This record gives sequence, structure tokens and C-alpha cells, in this order.
Amino acid sequence: MLETKDILETINMIDNENLDVRTITMGISLLDCIDEDIDRACAKVYDKICRSAKDLVKTGEDIEKEYGIPIINKRISVTPIGMVAAPCQSKKVVKFAYALDKAAKQLGVNFVGGYSALVQKGFSSGDYALIESIPEALAETDFVCSSVNIGSTKAGLNMDAVKMMGKIIKQTAEATSDKNCIGAAKLVVFCNAPEDNPFMAGAFHGVGEADTVINVGVSGPGVVRAALAKDGAGKDITEIADMVKKTAFKITRMGQLVAKEASKRLCVPFGIVDLSLAPTPAVGDSVAHILEEMGLEACGCHGTTAALALLNDAVKKGGVMASSHVGGLSGAFIPVSEDAGMISAAENGYLDITKLESMTAVCSVGLDMIVVPGDITADVISAIIADEAAIGMVNSKTTAVRLIPAIGKKAGDELNFGGLLGRGPVMRVRKGSPEAFISRGGRIPAPLQALKN
Amino acid sequence: MKAIITVIGKDTIGILAKVSETCAKYDVNIIEVTQSVLQDMFAMIMLVDIEKSIVGFDKLKENLNEVGDKTGTKIHIMHEDIFNSMHKI
Repeated sequence: MLETKDILETINMIDNENLDVRTITMGISLLDCIDEDIDRACAKVYDKICRSAKDLVKTGEDIEKEYGIPIINKRISVTPIGMVAAPCQSKKVVKFAYALDKAAKQLGVNFVGGYSALVQKGFSSGDYALIESIPEALAETDFVCSSVNIGSTKAGLNMDAVKMMGKIIKQTAEATSDKNCIGAAKLVVFCNAPEDNPFMAGAFHGVGEADTVINVGVSGPGVVRAALAKDGAGKDITEIADMVKKTAFKITRMGQLVAKEASKRLCVPFGIVDLSLAPTPAVGDSVAHILEEMGLEACGCHGTTAALALLNDAVKKGGVMASSHVGGLSGAFIPVSEDAGMISAAENGYLDITKLESMTAVCSVGLDMIVVPGDITADVISAIIADEAAIGMVNSKTTAVRLIPAIGKKAGDELNFGGLLGRGPVMRVRKGSPEAFISRGGRIPAPLQALKN
Repeated sequence: MKAIITVIGKDTIGILAKVSETCAKYDVNIIEVTQSVLQDMFAMIMLVDIEKSIVGFDKLKENLNEVGDKTGTKIHIMHEDIFNSMHKI
């Protein structure tokens, strides 16, 4: 029989420390839906998604009830639409976004990701039209998420795409300015985008993946913080790292169990577990609070990068043995507006965009859910993307940018999305214009790190 | 399928009886019980076999929650595997 203390520990994690499975994401390949006629292609896309994922939400809910573990989101990721749209003679690519949104509504899933283009080295025929259509697609649909990969360690950075994305982010925010600029929160720009990421807004189903696949994203910053709060006093940093590892192991085992069970019930192969600490705005579910529990006065003070590096590494080490396949982003997320501790650190002047940029060099994603002034120029957004992508390219890691230009607001104001997306203070960006640099276009060559063969 | 029922709350007379009664009513076989009382806080853990249960998992959960409400305790029923996977290698 199991030990009483272990059983009570699990119950306590779920009841009081916000332990949950953040998402079950079904990846669906749309390569067999490609058609020259865009309307026929959209009909095939809708049919395939509805057929493949018809039981996804119910299965998620059943597992949630039986195992007593909350499963917050059920989502779908699809083949980057830029590829699916490539042969279509019509350039009205946005029709695919409507088809995805209709399928999401029909199935009752929370989001569908994959309105995406992979342009790290250049644009192919469908990509340009897709990127141009992003502002309209995200303004006119409710559940579609979009991502664009503009660089990789192997390919370098596509600075033409970087330049373009600065404008697209601004236009997306403007197109949804009556809805708190929510469109920009559904758009991510990546360097080294993972092809099996279950988390939004950056999820898409890579071309090397099986026809359908189940990926699971776990969470649990609250559990890690509680473990440190309970037993961390007086411990040295090696012991703190061990405590994080042990907790990450337990969290991931639960994710692995849910992934295997969902895969079995849906008769869809199990892909990966993404071992991420994904915060929510709920009290006690914050990555910033873990860092503070380690001994920092506030997230953002000197020492934050080191603490985050330790956390990110320990999460992976603990989680990797708990799951048969690990993938996605796997690490600690630092989305400012979705993390109660980060919001308060930013409001109180501890955390700014420069410190966040250095933190992204050691965590699993990038500049995430950061609200910037509405009058920011497209060039500055592009330059922020370029900086962040350069960190990812050189360090062979994923970095991403999800900025929300708060139209009509200035530094110090607040933008409130509500729900899981939270709220964020408008953050100041650095002075000076990168316009001439960005307008050059071209490609930053792949770094020496790419030449491994 | 085996499940774990946990009952946590203030100790009062008859908690074990009421939970067992619900189990018996639906043909849920109790395999093992441990309980402890620490400073008036009652914690009981039951390993049960719900293979022959005449009601579904949902209904059983609902009924146990009702017992919890009546006795002022918090009752969970969860698949045994969640604990096994988390605490055993």
C-alpha cells in the first residue's frame, strides 16, 4: 500500500498548490488536405480536424475526473498553414483561419495553433501571403493562434522576416485595439521553434511528426514554490536544486501518466511531455515567486538570472527521467502578464525589459507577454525580435517574442486581458532608433555553432 | 480498477461508517484502510476495488462528496495510478 504521507502530498499539491496538467494538445498533420482550390482545401482541413479530434475534449474530461487531476486546456496544433496554403491559387489565405476557428468551436477546444510560417531561411510561395494575413486572421477569429519562425542556429536569421514581423505585430495589435489588443497575445515570433510544442500561442505540428500525435504540457510552479517554502530554510543552493529536481520528477510523472492514458484512449501515438513550469495569474502559481523563495527580494533584482538558470536546469533534470519522451519547450516560462509575481515586480520597478532579455538567455522561451507602449515603432519591435532571436541562434535554444503593443497607452499604464492571459503594466523600451539596421534586410549568417558536422 | 479514497477533516463519530456504507451500497470493495488522527484532524485512506461498482465513477464521486458535506470532511476519490506514478519508480 502507498504511504499516507505520499497520498496526502499529492492531494495537497492539487488542492492547494495549483498542480495541474496545463494542456493536452493533439497534433494533426494537414499535409493530406493540400489542394489547389482554397475552398476545397479549407473544407478538407475542417473535416480532418473534426474527425481526428472528435473525442479529444471528452477524453480529457474523463481522465480529469477519474484521476482527479485538473486538465486545464485541450488544444489542437496543425501543420504550418503556410505550407498547406502554398499551392492554392487564391491568395485569400485567411480562409484557413476561419476553417480552423470553426473546427475549434465545433470541438470545444480552447485553442488551435498552426496559423504559422517557417521562414528562417527564406519565404516559400504560401508564406508571404500567410504572414500578411495574420492581423486579419487574429482579429476575426477567436481561437486561432499564429507563429512565425524567423531564425535558427542552422539557418541564421531572416532579417527580411524580422522586419516584416515588426509591422505585423503592430498591425495585429491595432486590428484588435477595441479588445485590449488581444490579437498580439495570440502571435509568437520564434527562433529555433520546436515542432512538438504543446503550448500556445506557439504550437504547430512539425512536418517530421506522425499523422496525429498527443503531446502533453505539465505545469506546477506553485508546487515547486511550496516545496521550497516548506523545507528550503537554511539549505544551500545545491540542496535547493535537488528539491526542485525531486518536485519536477513528481509533476512530470503525472504528466506522463495523463499523456499515456490519453494516447491509449484516443488511439493516437504519444509524442512528448513538455516539462514546463507555466505560471498563471492565480495566487501561488508564479515562477517569479519561486525565484523569490530562493532568496531574492524581488524577481528582477541582481541574482535573478542565476536563480532562473538553476531553476530551468533542475526542472529538466528532474523531469527527464520521469518521462519516456521529453520535448517541446521544457523549462521555466516567464510570461510577464501571466505571472502574479512578475506583474508585481514590474509594477514596483524591479523588472524591466532589459533584465527580462538576459533572463531569456537561460530560460526555456523568451520575451513573453510583455506589454509595450502603443506608439512603439515597427522597427523597434523588429529590433527586439532580432536581439532575442540572436540569443536563441547563438545558444542553440528556442527563443520567442510575444509583445503586445498597447494601442493608446503609454509606459506605466496597464493592460488587462483577464483570465489566463492576466494583466500587465506597459513597459518602457530602450531609447534610440534601430531603423537603418532593420531596413537593411538580408540574412544574418548562421553562426559557427551551426557547423557541427 | 482500483481507486484511493481519502477523507480529511475534523474528527467526528461515524466517518468511517458513513464512507463504508456508501461503498457497500454500490458494491465497492474496500481492500485496505489506514487512518490517523493528529490534533483532531482526521485523515483516512482507503484502497478500494471499483471493478464491480454498480454506478459509474462520476456518480460514486458525487455520493462520496455528499458524505463529505454531511460529515464536514473533504473526500477525494482518485485512480490509484496517479499516486503510484508520482511516488514509485
